[in-house]
Amino acid sequence: MSRKPYLREVPKTTWFLRQPRYMRYMAREVTCIFIFAYTFLLICALGSLADGPDAFQEFLNSLRSPWGVLFNLAVLVVTAYHSLSWFVVTPQAMPIQRGEEFVPGNIIVNAHYGAWAVVSLIILIWGM
Amino acid sequence: MSERQIQLEVLRYNPETDSAPRFQTYAVPCLNEWVVLDALNYVKENLDPTLSYRWSCHMAVCGSCGMMINGEPKLGCKAFIHEYGDSIRVEPLAHFPIERDLVTVVEDFIAKLASVKPYLIPREDQPISAGEFKQTPAELMKFKQYTLCINCMLCYAACPQYGLVPEFVGPAALALAHRYNQDSRDGGRDQRQEVVASDEGVWECSFVGACSEVCPKHVDPAGALQQIKVASTIDWYKEHLMPWVKK
Repeated sequence: MSRKPYLREVPKTTWFLRQPRYMRYMAREVTCIFIFAYTFLLICALGSLADGPDAFQEFLNSLRSPWGVLFNLAVLVVTAYHSLSWFVVTPQAMPIQRGEEFVPGNIIVNAHYGAWAVVSLIILIWGM
Repeated sequence: MSERQIQLEVLRYNPETDSAPRFQTYAVPCLNEWVVLDALNYVKENLDPTLSYRWSCHMAVCGSCGMMINGEPKLGCKAFIHEYGDSIRVEPLAHFPIERDLVTVVEDFIAKLASVKPYLIPREDQPISAGEFKQTPAELMKFKQYTLCINCMLCYAACPQYGLVPEFVGPAALALAHRYNQDSRDGGRDQRQEVVASDEGVWECSFVGACSEVCPKHVDPAGALQQIKVASTIDWYKEHLMPWVKK
């Protein structure tokens, strides 16, 4: 008897719609576009700085415009989601073994939250 | 024991007569304590002896009865009827070619498993008279969870990356490579790296994490793959930035 295996192809563009967990993954990945956009903004900041004080002031003013504030807020929210989605999986990528036991995952995740809070606080105080 | 009627929708494919798979529905009187595999056995014994599927132990040890149950990769022997409604859809494991009905072609997985050398490769040959290789409980703990893998391939059916890029070595094989790399008695990591750290190895993984979510033995293949990525990255930096440092 000859074999005739049948392969059910995975849809190349809509595969992530099949499962909620695939959509969560795509949400994590798509949010990096905002991080790219903010990196681009920082490069623009450097460019305007290189063009002199007036250009840099103009750049700062554009940040204070409603669209600038809205963009920064959107990036903040989306970046927070992106980062937190990585915090959650850190214990898998970087488990810590102490003797015969592994440090519970929630301690590693909470340490990240703690570090995030401390760094944010330092930047806020330093920025004021 | 309570009994209820369920509609079991099974994907059928007969390579001798069918050009494509089709669904066939069976009305199965089920006991509430049954698992989906029991319902399939009922169909085979009472309704349709032509139905083909793999199973053996009926206790989540052999890893033979992996199938898609309502779209989710599950062991048929571990999917309880009472967790589902009155209609249950059963399909062969996703991402694998269908041989017949629920039986899939698994040669690809077997070849990938063999390619990562999933066995102990001692650092140096030792005569039997030298005694056993000793290991502390802490050293065992480092890799113990990965030894629980039963090669059921649910992780491959869950992994969208494997579905899109069939060359990907995949979760279970790479997790087993990691299991031996982590073993204090093993010295075969360099031999495995060629496959494990290749583009088709861990670097094809984008950490969806679905493999770990569906594993019936609570192994964490996704974690293993990320740990391999970290170790391989450290290798690369050592080799290119600190060539004087030995691995």
